[in-house]
Amino acid sequence: MSNRVIKILVPAISIILGLLVGAVVMLFSGYDPVAGYIALWNGIFGDSYAIGETIRQISPYILAGLAVAFAFRTGLFNIGVEGQLMVGWFASAYVGAAFELPMYIHLPFALLAAALAGALWGLVPGILKATLRVHEVIVTIMMNYVALHVVNALIKTVSGGSYKTDKIQPTASLRSEFLSNLTDYSTLHFGIFVALAMVIVMWFILEKTKTGFELKSVGFNQNASHYSGMNVNKNIILSMVISGAFAGLGGAMEGLGTFGSMTNQGGFTGIGFDGIAVALLGANSPLGVIFGASLFGSLKYGANNMPNAASIPLEIVSIVIALIIFFVACGYIIRVALERLNKKKEAK
Amino acid sequence: MSFLEVLYFIVPTSIAYAAPLILTAIGGVFSERSGVVNIGLEGLMVMGAFIGIVFNLAYADVFGSWTPWIALLVAMLVSAIFSILHAIASVSFRADQVVSGVAINMLGIAIALFSVKMMFGKGQTDFIQKKIPRINIPILQDIPVIGPMFFKSVYGTSVLAIVVAVIAWFVIYKTPFGLRLRSVGEHPMAADTMGINVTKIRYTAVILSGGLAGIGGAIYSQTMTGDFGHATINGQGFMALAAMIFGKWHPIGAMGAALFFGFAQALAISAGSIDLIKNIPTVYFHILPYVLTILALAGFIGKANAPKANGIPYIKGSR
Repeated sequence: MSNRVIKILVPAISIILGLLVGAVVMLFSGYDPVAGYIALWNGIFGDSYAIGETIRQISPYILAGLAVAFAFRTGLFNIGVEGQLMVGWFASAYVGAAFELPMYIHLPFALLAAALAGALWGLVPGILKATLRVHEVIVTIMMNYVALHVVNALIKTVSGGSYKTDKIQPTASLRSEFLSNLTDYSTLHFGIFVALAMVIVMWFILEKTKTGFELKSVGFNQNASHYSGMNVNKNIILSMVISGAFAGLGGAMEGLGTFGSMTNQGGFTGIGFDGIAVALLGANSPLGVIFGASLFGSLKYGANNMPNAASIPLEIVSIVIALIIFFVACGYIIRVALERLNKKKEAK
Repeated sequence: MSFLEVLYFIVPTSIAYAAPLILTAIGGVFSERSGVVNIGLEGLMVMGAFIGIVFNLAYADVFGSWTPWIALLVAMLVSAIFSILHAIASVSFRADQVVSGVAINMLGIAIALFSVKMMFGKGQTDFIQKKIPRINIPILQDIPVIGPMFFKSVYGTSVLAIVVAVIAWFVIYKTPFGLRLRSVGEHPMAADTMGINVTKIRYTAVILSGGLAGIGGAIYSQTMTGDFGHATINGQGFMALAAMIFGKWHPIGAMGAALFFGFAQALAISAGSIDLIKNIPTVYFHILPYVLTILALAGFIGKANAPKANGIPYIKGSR
């Protein structure tokens, strides 16, 4: 088996294993796994409304996945996507509500604000990593909590004590009557196009620009990059900033598209953490992220149908997702198993 | 409130909030001293909090006032078993330990919520009747000033946490096991050459961290919230992780940091009634532990060195 086949097989096997263990869990808890997965399937593809909602759910996942994948490609692990997404959400909702501008200025402005807020949240771990060699994993985790509390406090401040920001102006909205009508009045919005555009942006940066080449090179080998005259520190900071900007835009999907405001957050959205899985499944490539995000967006939205159609708690899907991440993490053992199988075949 | 009254309220509350953090952070110390990064502490705490509440609800009639204590033991056991997953992934399967830890966190909350929905048909459990009781420590409570602050109506679990911290210090620094644990975390190959079973030590350490985080979670749910829902453990595990780093991977240091973080939490809930800090928005107290940890990591508060082999799977024969 070639390396490339194994690279695709490992995530595929992880998904199957995750779904299988999920089925076993359902079976042992006295639920019907077949009915459960049929309900899940119908929840995703059942009618045009469901499809619209599923695509809507995929948009932030693409951006969260891009954020994790981009950092990964440059040798950094960004667990802070969750926090970057939250500050992006808030920034987009604030700019969307506070200004009155024509649409062609307002919407880009609100999107930019979200990207900038996310980038700022990525800048802190980036600078600390580059200048003081502080491990980015812990700093980004801490920044998540700082984001959670700060955003909640900001919502209270800008709304004058309420738990919710004002509704955004229609000029900043990603809502689309056309897409909504097309999918039986779902909340599908233009965000999916923003997300897909960013996939192309990431591909372009990494594959077609000098900066992208340097970023990847630093990811492969910092010392070699340093000796060949690249500014490693600058690249580390730049990578975290771009990664944070992707995550911030993910927040704008919620702020300008799905909700049109931001409500006080009792806990994390989870989108940022699922972004880790999205990137892992997509092998950190822009195209792969689309695939991973489609899977997670579908699972997350489709799960909503499980309690009604099969009376199974929708948390089963969270278990499946967590298991998929776990199995992807254990990719080494899957690889070993595949290679053994392969050798046996060759021996025959 | 007068200054003394404030202290009489803040100090016991701080210690109460610190107890779960102390135990969980010490669990983290064991795991990371052996070279296994354990970001999964949050998930392990969630599991402990959930098991603690469910056991307490189910057996309150059988065990009476002993219920919360036995619940701690059961939570410890279940979380220890749950943590084996992380051990298998990161020690035997050479998984990326951070990814595995993230999976443990997601899995913990998912399994707990799934089970709660199944058992109670709603998002959270009922409230327990037998919370962990507050006790007065005889004689000591009569000491002026200090007595009411530290020894009047304290949770037994707070005493437990401090005792465990001292025991952990003794185990890690004064016993052969502790020496082996540290050597495995610093230089697994050298330890292996000396005949130390790296795999066994790392498994033991991760399982210990699971057990301690389980107790921590069960203490939190049985003293603070009294029920279990999706937001019961919201960041406590990460705060424990922060305390571990802040305490420089040392049990007593971790305890100190956890006490300080407990103090920050106590301040946040009582800030409104203290004149001196009434006007400071509570958000500053909420983010204090996390900001301090970032500063500690950046070396502004003394240099903290992680165990050298932390996060690196040990592969026999490789250098």
